[in-house]
Amino acid sequence: MQGIVKRFPGVVANDGVTLEVERGEIHGLLGENGAGKSTLMNILAGLYRPDQGSIHLHGRPVRFRGPRDAIAAGVGMVHQHFMLIPSFTVAENLTLGAEPRRGALLDRDAAEALVSRLSDQYGFRLEPRRRVEELSVGAQQRVEILKALLRGARVLILDEPTALLAPPEVERLFEILAALRRAGHTILFVSHKLSEVLHLTDRLTVLRGGRVVGSGPTAECNADDLARLMVGLSVLGPPQRSPQIPGRVALAVENLAADDDRGLMALRGVSFEVRAGEIVGIAGVDGNGQSELIETLVGLRPAGAGRVLLEDREITCLPPLERLRLGLAAIPEDRQRRGLILDFSIAENAVLGLQEEPPFARGPRLDRSEVQRFARRLTGELDIRAPDLRAPARTLSGGQQQKLVLARTFARRPKVLIAAQPTRGLDVGATASVRRQLLRERERGAAVLLVSMELDEILELSDRIVVLYEGRLVGQVSAAGARREELGRWMVEGEHHD
Amino acid sequence: MTERVLMPLRADRRSPLAGAALFAAATVLGLGCGALMIALTGGDVIAAYGALLRGAFGSLYGLTEMLMSTTPLIFAGLAVAFAFHGGLFNIGVEGQLLVGGLAAGWAGYAVAGLPRPLHLLLALGVGFSAGALWGALAGWLKAWRGVHEVISTIMLNYVAFRFCSFMVGAAGPLKAEGQLPATPFVLESARLSRLIAGTRFSGGIVLALLAAAAVGYLLWRTRLGYRIRAVGQSPPAAEAGGISPRRQMAAAMAISGGLAGLAGAVEVLGLHYRFYDAFSPGYGFDGIAVALLGQIHPAGVTAAALLFGALRAGAAEMQQVAQISRDVIFAISGAIIFFIALRGLLAPPGTARSA
Repeated sequence: MQGIVKRFPGVVANDGVTLEVERGEIHGLLGENGAGKSTLMNILAGLYRPDQGSIHLHGRPVRFRGPRDAIAAGVGMVHQHFMLIPSFTVAENLTLGAEPRRGALLDRDAAEALVSRLSDQYGFRLEPRRRVEELSVGAQQRVEILKALLRGARVLILDEPTALLAPPEVERLFEILAALRRAGHTILFVSHKLSEVLHLTDRLTVLRGGRVVGSGPTAECNADDLARLMVGLSVLGPPQRSPQIPGRVALAVENLAADDDRGLMALRGVSFEVRAGEIVGIAGVDGNGQSELIETLVGLRPAGAGRVLLEDREITCLPPLERLRLGLAAIPEDRQRRGLILDFSIAENAVLGLQEEPPFARGPRLDRSEVQRFARRLTGELDIRAPDLRAPARTLSGGQQQKLVLARTFARRPKVLIAAQPTRGLDVGATASVRRQLLRERERGAAVLLVSMELDEILELSDRIVVLYEGRLVGQVSAAGARREELGRWMVEGEHHD
Repeated sequence: MTERVLMPLRADRRSPLAGAALFAAATVLGLGCGALMIALTGGDVIAAYGALLRGAFGSLYGLTEMLMSTTPLIFAGLAVAFAFHGGLFNIGVEGQLLVGGLAAGWAGYAVAGLPRPLHLLLALGVGFSAGALWGALAGWLKAWRGVHEVISTIMLNYVAFRFCSFMVGAAGPLKAEGQLPATPFVLESARLSRLIAGTRFSGGIVLALLAAAAVGYLLWRTRLGYRIRAVGQSPPAAEAGGISPRRQMAAAMAISGGLAGLAGAVEVLGLHYRFYDAFSPGYGFDGIAVALLGQIHPAGVTAAALLFGALRAGAAEMQQVAQISRDVIFAISGAIIFFIALRGLLAPPGTARSA
């Protein structure tokens, strides 16, 4: 790819990017959120057309008018969000659009045999008859990769492939990618996780602000230099945690049970405590009851059984507003769905959840000047770059949106803070800043419940760690005694019976 | 599909200037279509549009008639727009308008002995409340029973039509003496009286403008408005922010229905001075068009109602003088709405994705 330029209204996403990838290598594409990685890859996959620049594939210039052209040329992309039909089986999803036929009928056996063969060849370990909705996120991703291969992809683009995976699944993905490389495939690995790129790739390219700021063989790079290149300034090490003696129990959960949206039991009797001034980390693979736990705690989902106590006061059946008022605040895991009203202004979002409290509530009115003043304070304190507080929250970048949610939550000075996936999708700089703030909340004396799919985050921040597996808490350790491997095993295998 | 068509209604997303530009563009294109239609059928476009203008603005009588037909359109447009802000599509404005009109008419003749402003206010209040109850019924069904408001409001329209027909039909309990299916005349003390001799002009338009201002205040300056808009934009985020989507839905539908009820009440108390069956030529449905063209902003709704009111008022003159069927007016209105909706179809969500 040479001299690629792509502009969107108001931003230049790619500003003369030149990317060279050799056949049969795993090439890492590193950069912060908004560095232009996804745009560049979407251009390569034919989803966007570049404003300037050219693409050469195996020495020949190509011009993709759509994803079809790219697939025909052997370029396949696995997106962050999967494009599978949940109610179809693995084999059906894989052969969709190119189904083996016997006369007018679908040749189910042939399809399944084909899938089994390919699956074994690269170690995918997929059962062709399983429905996609029953699969773990990692397995769904493997279906996506296999789908690209089936369509003849020789160049495979993986956009942030490890974002949703548990550590063992990441390992398996890396094994598959290595097998694909041996078979002569070219892989573009897009990530903002330094360690993975260093571990996996042969060569890498670093993007910042839509430009290439560095490239070369991975073996010649070191983590500090790369981090500096990505962020543009030196990054601080992991935040310092001050020793602290936890106070009284602020949040107590007793035998809590709840159903998921389909009416299936998602929480099966969960009990734990969080004390003032400590961070309790809930580790686990996505989909093991984390969302249901958070929603039940904040009052968005009814508890089937059990109790929730906030400083000795039972709040199991209180509506969300009452819980907010009593000092239980949450950073929702899906900030665009639960955290912000994207078409509301930044200022209006700043007071969401505070709309009934003084000084904003004045009689039946919502005092707009107080709202503006508060929003200006929040954005100022957290360095949210918002030119106009009346602009919709949609116009903020993902990191800035998360900052807004955090600022609003911290401003409540909650007694109990539930932080769900607080750094998901954030870049290195923003992640470090969020983690520092969570520790500051802990020092202030808040009881923090941290729910995260990223084990490193849990290990870095927590005082105690529990693992959620299939709606139950399995294993509980103090952070000092935690071992990565053990936690990882609990996360994917559940309880060790002893 | 509905989502796409309603896209341009997300007024929060755009500047007032862009909204006004869209309004103007759709109007010009719509009038252009009308001109094309007139020309193709052998009519004289200049003469036709000239007569249209004269009919609406050329005389005091025309002007007052224009304002009189604008009045219920403002109320009905506000009703539709208000529900939109709460994320609800109120197709039941027509039914709420009839129920409100009937109730106001009843209060206007059945309650006697009150002094003038009090009786008028009472009758307006009764009209508002009746429409609000009718709307709240659909809101309650939506919020607590999961019945889609489009279905329930359409159905409740039929109930309202038949109910009102029955009440003033043969042997109906509210029917006045005589042939007409109508209530008795409302008392003088409950009337918005004629303000200009020789015309039918009453103060209804002033009430409509006040209502527009009140809706704007309610939506953007009060907590209730904040909550309703929050639920309209994102129920999950509103809920996480301590706002109960159910209650706000019911409230939005009640207020929307109340505005519709006022449309009927003002027609009854300010124009006909009695409720008679089928008095509304479909103001409730025109309200949808008005809300769309006005992009659910109270000021836009007012402007759109004025435009449609002018088209209606000028149509008779155009038919008489230029021999152009007044049906062209409805084609023009339809074309204008088409161009407004087209904007949503041409710019589906997600076209401006960033990296």
